[in-house]
Amino acid sequence: MATLSGEALRLEPQVPVVAPVAALPHVAIRPARGWIALDLGELWQYRELLLFLIWRDIKVRYKQTALGAAWAILQPVFSMVVFSLFFGRLAKVPSDGIPYPVFAYCALLPWQLFAYALTESSNSVVANERLISKVYFPRLVIPLAGVLAGLVDFAIAFSVLILLMLRYGIVPTATIATLPLFVLLAVLTALAVGLWLSALNVQYRDVRYTVGFLTQIWLFLSPVAYPSSLVPERWRPLYGLNPMAGVVEGFRWALVGKTPPPGAMLAVSVVMVLLLLAGGLFYFRRMENSFADVI
Amino acid sequence: MGDLAIRCEGIAKQYRIGQRESYRSLRDTLTDAITAPIRRVRAALQGSDSGSTGGPATIWALEAVSFEVRQGEVLGIIGRNGAGKSTLLKILSRITWPTRGSADIYGRVGSLLEVGTGFHPELTGRENVYLNGAILGMKKAEIARKFDEIVSFAELESFIDTPVKRYSSGMYMRLAFAVAAHIQTEILIVDEVLAVGDAQFQKKCLGKMDEAARHGRTVLFVSHNMLVLQKLCTAGIVLDSGTVVSQGRIGSCVHYYSQLSESRQDLTAATALDGSMAIKTVRILDEEGEPTGTWLYGRRLIVEVDASVGVPCQHLALDITFYTSEGQRLFGLQSDVLNGRTAYDAGLHTVRFEIENPGLTVPEMYLDVGLRTQGVGYEAMLPCAGYLVLKGYVPPHAHNLNLITPSASAVWSQAVQGG
Repeated sequence: MATLSGEALRLEPQVPVVAPVAALPHVAIRPARGWIALDLGELWQYRELLLFLIWRDIKVRYKQTALGAAWAILQPVFSMVVFSLFFGRLAKVPSDGIPYPVFAYCALLPWQLFAYALTESSNSVVANERLISKVYFPRLVIPLAGVLAGLVDFAIAFSVLILLMLRYGIVPTATIATLPLFVLLAVLTALAVGLWLSALNVQYRDVRYTVGFLTQIWLFLSPVAYPSSLVPERWRPLYGLNPMAGVVEGFRWALVGKTPPPGAMLAVSVVMVLLLLAGGLFYFRRMENSFADVI
Repeated sequence: MGDLAIRCEGIAKQYRIGQRESYRSLRDTLTDAITAPIRRVRAALQGSDSGSTGGPATIWALEAVSFEVRQGEVLGIIGRNGAGKSTLLKILSRITWPTRGSADIYGRVGSLLEVGTGFHPELTGRENVYLNGAILGMKKAEIARKFDEIVSFAELESFIDTPVKRYSSGMYMRLAFAVAAHIQTEILIVDEVLAVGDAQFQKKCLGKMDEAARHGRTVLFVSHNMLVLQKLCTAGIVLDSGTVVSQGRIGSCVHYYSQLSESRQDLTAATALDGSMAIKTVRILDEEGEPTGTWLYGRRLIVEVDASVGVPCQHLALDITFYTSEGQRLFGLQSDVLNGRTAYDAGLHTVRFEIENPGLTVPEMYLDVGLRTQGVGYEAMLPCAGYLVLKGYVPPHAHNLNLITPSASAVWSQAVQGG
């Protein structure tokens, strides 16, 4: 364990120390090898830093943009109008008996949350290069802050949905109580993928260019503009391999309550997210020891 | 003697330098394009350690560094550019991992490798104090308690709600240091961050450091300023080329270091590190191109450095830094900053700096030359440096040593291969 040069020093600790050293926190620095424990306890100790970083991201974004918080509403509303016009009105895409604008907006909410959180977290490690090369803190804080900052925009955009539901006279059913779970699932999906991409982005800056393309393709692979009922019933569990399919249909079910519960498709999505997340967490921890050297 | 605060045993750190070999033909490019992703993915999955097995050139920034620091001790870390000081601090701050060896730290660590880390120009002074404090590991309540103290230390009471992008660089640095100065950890790791602000503010910063030491906190301190080191520190270690060459009382360390510098006075051919990079010769010339040892006011000094590079580098720069005989840094010039270029082929290069005399009240100067490479982001200073003395030069007026930025140019040329 100890190197040869440590031989002489090893005599020292055998002398009993008077004041208990144990009272002070002990940090052992060792070469990083293999897989590293997640150490979520330490992450919890740094929760204030996490909140500060989220606060910074939001504050800076609203200070730098002319329209500020209005962007959070404009993006999903414009998408909803375009979708309603082209998919709803012209292409006559079915919407499971829900007015198409509500149908689309219910899906665009979690979609925007996911797309924003994914983009932010994927670029987060590289964007915070200065911090990583000069200060110690659990590196997981960085992509986590990127993901969670998206929740503020989500909350703002949510207010439009309430207006929209009032306009179409839709009263939510008891299923709305499950909505927080689907918000959580959307956040976890973004975090799971964001962890992989943010760590890869340090080594390969190609990731940066891939994310935009990825979210674009992913949008069409998810039942945002169309209902998942277009997919034949027996293929739906397979469709659930795309976790956003479960999230989006879950949102519609929770908010409007008219569509059938996502069932097996959702179960597959949840398992998929948990697998991706566990893998992402360990991969990130595995790679983080080289961040400061490579970034 | 207090209890143990830090123990390092055989700490070593290896960095990769340079980059992939340059492409020769389209076929090579294509073959590489097909095999590279597989190689890289494999390397990525195996982690960073795979760098040590062949491939790109590697250097050891630190080799088997061992030392101990007792609680309440103020340890000065001395060494030239590229001796491994910063790498050591980064390892002890847990920013990067050692390749070999181990370290044990007893107590909370506050590390100041840079002041103002995480400052955002759009945010106000107040907001940045909270943000920066949190980044440095302080609790929100702790920052709130010390807020007034921090602001008055920075002397920025009337500007605290102004976005820091409107601050002058001096105000910015004062605020940044003020936050850092109020960290209350048992152990402080401080890189050369004291060189901020005017002379008066520097004095205040040193006072704060002194106070920390007198309150029984353990401090690790890197500086080129021998006077400050002797004043603040109780013990020292001298690093050279990644190894501890001397340790003990600060006085003897400073003495050892000046001897080390002395012995290199007329060194014009610096040592190669691992054969991949070397500084061959350093020529100091006057405007007429004649070798000189003086630099008169109003005249330009020409420093020509011949360096050989074994592998093509995407990020290569040559730095020259001027120091007073006491070891205080006067100013530094970086070729990449001056000419904006960093990618160079393998071969023999000559870098020519032309520097206007900035007008200094310094009778004697030392010159430190270093190659800096940043592979795929790897930062490593090659410790191939020569010390040279410039004597007998008469400047007309005094200047604040921290504000010197002489106008200069850097021209980089490459010798014909095999010539």
